[in-house]
Amino acid sequence: MTSTSAALAPAERAVQLLGSDLSEVALRRHLEGLPAVDAVGLEARAARFGTRSIKTSSKAQALDLAIRMIDLTTLQGADTRGKVRSLVAKALVPDANDPSTPRPAAVCVYGDMVGHAVEALGSAWSAGKDDGINVAAVATAFPAGRASIEVKLQDTRDAVAAGADEIDMVIDRGAFLEGNYGKVFDEIVLTKEACRRADGSYAHLKVILETGELHTYDNVRRASWLSILAGGDFIKTSTGKVQPAATLPVTLLMLQVVRDWERLTGERIGVKPAGGISTAKDAIKHLVAVAETCGEAWLDPKLYRFGASSLLNDVLLQRQKLTTGRYSGPDYVTID
Amino acid sequence: MAFLDYAPAPESTSILSLREDYRLWIGGEWVTGGGEPFASVSPSTEQQIATFAYADEGDVDAAVRAARAAFRDVWGPMSGRDRGKFLFRIARILQERARELAVAESLDNGKPIRETRDADIPLVAQWFFHCAGWADKLDHLGLGAAPRPHGVAAQVIPWNFPLLMLAWKVAPALAAGNTVVLKPAETTPLTAMLFAEVCEQAGLPAGVVNLVTGDGATGAALVRHPDVDKVAFTGSTAVGREIAKALAGTDKKLTLELGGKGANIVFDDAPLDQAIEGIVDGIFFNQGQVCCAGSRLLVQENVHDAVMDRLKERMATLRVGDPLDKNTDVGAINSSEQLERITRLVDRGVAEGGEAWSPACELPQEGYWFAPTVITGVEASSTIAREEIFGPVLSVLTFRTPDEAIAKANNTPYGLSAGIWSDKGSRVLAIADKLRAGVVWTNTFNKFDPASPFGGYKESGYGREGGVQGMQAYLKAGER
Repeated sequence: MTSTSAALAPAERAVQLLGSDLSEVALRRHLEGLPAVDAVGLEARAARFGTRSIKTSSKAQALDLAIRMIDLTTLQGADTRGKVRSLVAKALVPDANDPSTPRPAAVCVYGDMVGHAVEALGSAWSAGKDDGINVAAVATAFPAGRASIEVKLQDTRDAVAAGADEIDMVIDRGAFLEGNYGKVFDEIVLTKEACRRADGSYAHLKVILETGELHTYDNVRRASWLSILAGGDFIKTSTGKVQPAATLPVTLLMLQVVRDWERLTGERIGVKPAGGISTAKDAIKHLVAVAETCGEAWLDPKLYRFGASSLLNDVLLQRQKLTTGRYSGPDYVTID
Repeated sequence: MAFLDYAPAPESTSILSLREDYRLWIGGEWVTGGGEPFASVSPSTEQQIATFAYADEGDVDAAVRAARAAFRDVWGPMSGRDRGKFLFRIARILQERARELAVAESLDNGKPIRETRDADIPLVAQWFFHCAGWADKLDHLGLGAAPRPHGVAAQVIPWNFPLLMLAWKVAPALAAGNTVVLKPAETTPLTAMLFAEVCEQAGLPAGVVNLVTGDGATGAALVRHPDVDKVAFTGSTAVGREIAKALAGTDKKLTLELGGKGANIVFDDAPLDQAIEGIVDGIFFNQGQVCCAGSRLLVQENVHDAVMDRLKERMATLRVGDPLDKNTDVGAINSSEQLERITRLVDRGVAEGGEAWSPACELPQEGYWFAPTVITGVEASSTIAREEIFGPVLSVLTFRTPDEAIAKANNTPYGLSAGIWSDKGSRVLAIADKLRAGVVWTNTFNKFDPASPFGGYKESGYGREGGVQGMQAYLKAGER
């Protein structure tokens, strides 16, 4: 374990909270002084959200919201231009039978596919504006993050240059588990800087904690807090490549962190559970947890996203059921 | 519509097939009571649910005689294995009819369906399953070989957990080989009547369970009946005291589970978010009408403000209203008398310098309602820190050191429950050791388990229900 007191890369939030002589020691004291998490209590609270009964008009509202929060994702070694075009087409027209169906927030692809996604989106691409579909790219040697910082930063810059509106980075879990919080912190700060575009604006930075590799809830809380201090715009549970991915208790814990951050600073950070949320029922449990933990303000694609691929079609089936009163089947929604 | 104004999700009452009037259940027969029948209303609407027979002294005597006969002829001589079969059968039927029982309990008591569905009724079934397992293992309860039942048990239960309290009383009594006469509370007799149907369905021999409905006078006649061997009462300390006096000098066995003023102690190293949940569950579960409620919150001074801010924010998300709506967190107060008592004590607390706060919530026009309330600035000498309110009202006190927390927690005539919130295991164990309360929860609250004994110190009563101790209360050592 290294515990140098070397100054960390400056990050505005950390400087404001911990002071200008930002050191590894100061960071460690801060993270280890956070209130503890009781696992049994956290899981019981998460389970309670699942017992809410969301019916009729509330359900319709929740389903549309869920669609608008989806980062429609393909992250396969086998991804091709054709696959990305197909994914984008699905994002543009989620349900051909119902033009009132909202579109997902973003498509999420590997960095080298960003250009193809932008091209396929055409005029529907948001290009950093408020309306339209964003292109999100995973970066920093996703999913393992085991590469030199230079490689990770170049990965990020490439994606941003190709037009990525959002960067989903992974933290160095090895460094985190070694207790080397400063290294994790520095890498997030540098990646944030690599998100800067030529015009001075920034691509949105989502920081993936890979909670399945952090194992304890106390670790998740510290990693969440650390990611926010270093400048993350979103904290994201998982890559989807490690099990368990986005469980409701883990997501709830991260929601509690962003709620506490808002209480402390007035600033709102987003949360993105990714991996394992495949049914409308699961998504609604999440929305209940969001609303009852952080308030209605977080029911916004700017502050909550689902990283998912199969979720969209299940939500569409539920949506059709609400409209027609009947369940159809998998052949009545399109594949991407 | 804001998302958080969840659309109504009412549990249907169509599953119920209630009678308009219920009679007494004595010796396996439904019999008319000697007194004037009375009505039970739904506390959330004040609508009448049904009328119930009133058992006078003659009816109580008939019930005790039926129980005695069943004890002598059927239940007493029956093998433990066969008694267990009946209890397992009852447990299974209770599970099969769980939804119906949950709706009935919510309707009659006013508590939210979420609680009857997720807590009350599952616990009822668990209690019967647990005790059914003991029926053929009485030799292993630490009373020597072949312990014997007392005989006829007279049981008087309260209105806050009507069917669960019935289970706590009836299941161990029957498993041990006693027969029972039980009087449910005047305001919540409905599920006891449904339990009689369950017993009929299970083919339980006539007279093993007898149910007499009525008021305090009925209960008094029951516990005073000369042919009763064992009395079990759950309710107020005042009535418990009367019963203890009445039984003094007789050889009746007695267990009392009475009031409480539980301390919920939050240290500065507590898992804060979970502690908030525990505080909420501790005092707003069943509208605070819980004898073991964490009604006195003891917060370490240095985290008082942080805890209060979070608690108030959390209280603002509690949904108060129709008990049958699946999203309701806090239902109706059980009766107008109880509502009056809560209101009077809260007024007293404010008059003595406490500061009351409730989230903005619209209470229904009909029925008996009290908004979730927290009163800060309460001192150990305040009335609301001493008297049991039995409502959704939390009194908040502070402390500086662990010793002060222990002293304040124990400074009460009661001693039923307590809670400790701290991330430090050694501290939790050391403090739990010094608290004079029958149940101490750590980093949780209001958790019940049939294997765990429950009961009080001091004015909270004596005897234990649940676990080995709960079974022992219905047995005496075998004769050599």
